[in-house]
Amino acid sequence: MSAVDHPAPRRDIRERFGFLRRSYAMLIKEFIQLKRDRVSFAMIVMLPVMQLMLFGYAINTTPHHLPSAVLLQEDSDLARSILKALENTAYFRFLYEVHDVEDFDNLLKSGKVLFGVEIPRGFERAVRRGDRPALLVAADATDPVAASAAIGSLGMIVQTALKHDLYIGDPPEMPFEIRAHARYNPAASSSLNIVPGLVGTILTMTMLIFTALSVTREVERGTMESLLSMPIKPVEVMFGKIVPYVLVGFLQAFLIIGIGVGLFGVPVLGSLFLLALLSTLFITTNLSIGYTISTVVQNQLQAMQMSMMFFLPSILLSGFMFPFAGMPTWAQYVGECLPLTHYLRIVRAIMLKGASMQNLHFDTLALAALMGLAMTIAVTRFRRTLD
Amino acid sequence: MNGDNGIAIDVKGLTKSFGGREVVHDLSMQVKRGSIYGFLGPNGSGKTTTIRILCGLLTPDSGEGTCLGYDILRDAEKIKRQVGYMTQRFSLYQDLSVRENLEFVARLYGLADARGAARDMIKRIGLSGREEQLAGELSGGWKQRLALGACTLPNPQLLLLDEPTAGVDPKARRDFWNEIHALAADGLTVLVSTHYMDEAERCHEIAYIAYGHLLAHGTVEQVIAKSALTTYTVTGEGLNELSAGLTGKPGIDMVAPFGTSLHVSGRDVAALEASIAPWREKSGLHWHQSSPSLEDVFIELMGRSKDNFQ
Repeated sequence: MSAVDHPAPRRDIRERFGFLRRSYAMLIKEFIQLKRDRVSFAMIVMLPVMQLMLFGYAINTTPHHLPSAVLLQEDSDLARSILKALENTAYFRFLYEVHDVEDFDNLLKSGKVLFGVEIPRGFERAVRRGDRPALLVAADATDPVAASAAIGSLGMIVQTALKHDLYIGDPPEMPFEIRAHARYNPAASSSLNIVPGLVGTILTMTMLIFTALSVTREVERGTMESLLSMPIKPVEVMFGKIVPYVLVGFLQAFLIIGIGVGLFGVPVLGSLFLLALLSTLFITTNLSIGYTISTVVQNQLQAMQMSMMFFLPSILLSGFMFPFAGMPTWAQYVGECLPLTHYLRIVRAIMLKGASMQNLHFDTLALAALMGLAMTIAVTRFRRTLD
Repeated sequence: MNGDNGIAIDVKGLTKSFGGREVVHDLSMQVKRGSIYGFLGPNGSGKTTTIRILCGLLTPDSGEGTCLGYDILRDAEKIKRQVGYMTQRFSLYQDLSVRENLEFVARLYGLADARGAARDMIKRIGLSGREEQLAGELSGGWKQRLALGACTLPNPQLLLLDEPTAGVDPKARRDFWNEIHALAADGLTVLVSTHYMDEAERCHEIAYIAYGHLLAHGTVEQVIAKSALTTYTVTGEGLNELSAGLTGKPGIDMVAPFGTSLHVSGRDVAALEASIAPWREKSGLHWHQSSPSLEDVFIELMGRSKDNFQ
């Protein structure tokens, strides 16, 4: 071949820019594919917006309006003044007024309140006598961050608030003693908070992904066509795909709790059977949500992205990373829609507070409702034809 | 059975569109019980769509009919129990073994002894010794046998086979067809789509479908006779020039090379004779009239339908 057939300079250029030319071809192809993949495109916009909203608005590490209860053993003006003062600080919001110690304990155990103030019988009289009686304050320290900030500010608040309210003039010191009791986790150990939380978080992540990929995998591998031509109902496909992973989830929960108890000394005060039962409910709820994702997405990549979109708020808004009570109301409502929120309350209550079923009605029902909703959507969304 | 007078498939006016494009248009067909019905047509002609409508995987936009006596619109679930569908692309689980795949199907259909049924089927399709091999690791021919085994396992009354022999060697293809004939002899109805002419000729009846329209149907002889095509086979020197010279002339519907010969066909005998007259005198070319092959008929049908529908 002579140089005349192939002009030398031209070939030179082609070879010199070969790298760029081929990279450019690849780049154009990637852009076209990205443009076609609507879900990925939505993720590019949605993920940063969601993160900013959650971190910017929803998360607040200094909690306020902590749900609180008061155990009122005497109804005196002084008691009312103290409660008013506490409420005025915006740290506390008194939701319940009880007169019975057992009711008081149950409120704390079930997680309905994080804070309890106990005004003992004969409190006002003792103050007048100058006996410096004790005002008992019980805080749920399963979430040490939420509890410690409130406890820390307690003394100051009461003193300032009562200054002009008390009839004995300007007291040189507090006319009564505040005895704070960090319940369930007196040492404020963070592993006591984190280990039960991790059970829920790890289960959410793994369970979601297992089933989120299950239907799309059948579609992508072409096995769905065969499956649909056989006499099997959508509900049957769903149960067949969920049940094996319930066992997997169970194994995982067992592993985490085992390590938590063995290495980190986290107690299991409540019934192990109840813990296992409600964990199974939580596992199944997550599997059904993953399965629902699987029936709405087009491919496995989208399934992973959707799982992330669900996982992120689960971690941030459930009370796992940041105190639930510190979030604004709208974020708390979002949090109530996440299974992890309810499971965290359940697992912390059973392991650390020794709660029993009667303390956990609400969260159990919430989990069951979420599971029912996810399953209903999944079964109706599951396409029985290839249309 | 089911009062269907020996007709397994009886559908009228099936129409199906995807995204505004009509893939199947007003398709009607009847398939007798116990017969092998060949479904022919170019790629994208609507064969797969029609098969999917028949087994309830797709809902037609309009049309009606019965499959094994069950309404295709209302009784899809009942049809599924009686129909074995072999997809074009291998659709068993690649990460399950031969035995596990067959046992899965057997259990899904609720066979009394799933293990036994799977074991018998492995013997029948000649996969003994490969029971524990993963389906994904099988060669094309073995995969096809396994797929056929899986869809005949629940003893269906109707088999829908979508291009079952694509990419399979000639020996395996012949074995496959012998098996199909054996199944039909036992009373099974088989609807099979294919591109191969030799396979079409092994069917009891055939239908030709292009661009969603059913263009011809009947036995092979009937389809050839109905085409009213006159064909000349030409051998000798200068066939390329002849081909170029004849294409597009009046009366010439098709010019196609077959090995060392050229097939020249047309429906209008007089016009065809007139157009080839100047070439018949030419030395070195040998002309003789022959009956058209099925392939001639189909290529002509396809050429014609293209003008009509595209």
